[in-house]
Amino acid sequence: MKQFAALLRKDNQPVRYLVVDDSVFARKNLIKMIEMFGGEVAGEAGDGLTAIAELNRISPDIVLMDITMPQMEGIEAVERIVRQHPSARIVMVSSVGYQENILAALQKGAKHFVQKPVKPEVLYEILRYVLSDDPNAVGVPVAMAGEHRS
Amino acid sequence: MRMELIQPFINAADAVFAESLQAPTKIVDLEMDQEAYRRKGVAALIAIKGDIEGRVILDLSPEVAVKVASQLAGVEVEASEQVVRETVCEMANMVIGNSVTLLNDQGFHFKVFPPEIHMDETGLAGSADTEALVICIETPCGEIYLNIAMHYLHRRRQERNAVPALD
Repeated sequence: MKQFAALLRKDNQPVRYLVVDDSVFARKNLIKMIEMFGGEVAGEAGDGLTAIAELNRISPDIVLMDITMPQMEGIEAVERIVRQHPSARIVMVSSVGYQENILAALQKGAKHFVQKPVKPEVLYEILRYVLSDDPNAVGVPVAMAGEHRS
Repeated sequence: MRMELIQPFINAADAVFAESLQAPTKIVDLEMDQEAYRRKGVAALIAIKGDIEGRVILDLSPEVAVKVASQLAGVEVEASEQVVRETVCEMANMVIGNSVTLLNDQGFHFKVFPPEIHMDETGLAGSADTEALVICIETPCGEIYLNIAMHYLHRRRQERNAVPALD
């Protein structure tokens, strides 16, 4: 299995993620990758409404958000989250990757988009880019994921 | 049946299965079918309406679904009806999502409906008298079937505009 340098916060702590997808297996798959990147899953949600509540409760560093979900779809959830938390870093993760969808998500405030099935190396680069975009929580690869950090 | 409408589904299925299961896949059987579709395992039917219309059925046995689930989750998954349903839906969503992306980028606009799971013994509603392409894909987890029936509802806008007006 490919190894990745750990993506860490500026305080050298693991990046904390909220994983939002109505499919348990899609969430498990993303969690597996987050662990490969040395991250920590702070919360999970199966729809947009729960995602908003979880985000307010756990204040994650990054949200991985599906688009097509029951109750509230991902793009609407992004709009509501960004309205409340303009600096929220949300990466859309969806199997539907056509231009209109991507544009709509970015216009509502998502930082990036990745298409399912997610390739770990693609998600890693996107997370690195999104983290490095914010000076308050720089994603610096300082150790191999899974190694002990001092 | 127009192959240009079918090909994106075949390409997407091949790419999705190979990437999700981390192994190459192979189309081992391909045939036309006009009978009401009788599922081979657990089937997810996704309807498409718009510039092009039709439906796609993804069908796999519960045993294959559990193997796929374990591969997706990265750990051994215990078999249950919920696991099977979720796996079939997730695979169908990924295949359709990727196909829709290819077709949308070609200028087709349409709506995709959420997958309906079928586990009963009767032929699937609305699938009789529909000419469909049935594809059997061999994966490391077992065989997965795709049944695709797709047709144009309207000519695409560009093609309509390209037709010269008659005096």
